[in-house]
Amino acid sequence: MKNIILNINKAFDHRIRLGIMSVLMVNEYADFKTLKELLGVTDGNLASHTKALEKVEFISVEKQFIGRKPNTKYVATALGKAEFKKHINALEKLIKNK
Amino acid sequence: MSTEEYLKDISEIKNLMNKSSRFISLSGLSGIFAGIYALIGAGFAYWLVNTYSSGKLYLTGDIFTLILLDLVLVFVLSVTTAIFLTTQKAKKNGEAYWDATTKKLITSFLIPLIAGGLYIFIILSQGKYGQTGALMLIFYGIALYNASKHTLSYVKYLAFTEIILGLISAIYPGLGFWFWVIGFGFMHILYGSLMYFEYERK
Repeated sequence: MKNIILNINKAFDHRIRLGIMSVLMVNEYADFKTLKELLGVTDGNLASHTKALEKVEFISVEKQFIGRKPNTKYVATALGKAEFKKHINALEKLIKNK
Repeated sequence: MSTEEYLKDISEIKNLMNKSSRFISLSGLSGIFAGIYALIGAGFAYWLVNTYSSGKLYLTGDIFTLILLDLVLVFVLSVTTAIFLTTQKAKKNGEAYWDATTKKLITSFLIPLIAGGLYIFIILSQGKYGQTGALMLIFYGIALYNASKHTLSYVKYLAFTEIILGLISAIYPGLGFWFWVIGFGFMHILYGSLMYFEYERK
């Protein structure tokens, strides 16, 4: 039981962060607008959660211009993917144990 | 957190993974229509060849041009109906019908399809037409399989069916027309109905 709790990652301790990672697990990348629409959150809210995930290096950020418009792409890092898998496994075990 | 909350997390994760990578509003009804258009088109071609060309199709002349037009018409009608019904369904479901997922769906479908279509035109212009029906089925199957990653899994089963029919048809070139009728006509109606009854009729 203790081990399972250890694998529950603090960085994913929020619905929106979990949501961002879910989308990035199955897509090569996602831009800010796509994430915003999928998760139904405000700009500021999404920005603060992507920053948190960026800080622990679970996602990487690519900024570029499409024409004159700035475009921000998010990609899950190998570390982020591994941690997310561990987190999901832990969640599933917690559910089964109860 | 309670077990219920964890369960809710997991189901939300699954939902987001599907929503962000698969377009689920593809209309089954449009498959049924495509099948019906294909059957009408094939019926017209059959009648044309048997009435005006004594059962044989030559690669030159008006009959061949008419059959090509017939094929193009079936294709255009099917695509138009599919776009119309699918956007309607997406609107009803509140799903975006022009986003990263649908763009991926369309490009992954069109690239093998266009390559195959051009290839068929090239070999037709070289006078090799025995395998046309088989090639259409195989390339269409490959295009569907490629697109199926981004949409409902029925598309994948239809893809396997078309590829298998295409390969069998290649063994019996004389029966190409009938395999075409089964693959593009009846199979569209069958899989379209399965999708329709599972996802649309409520």
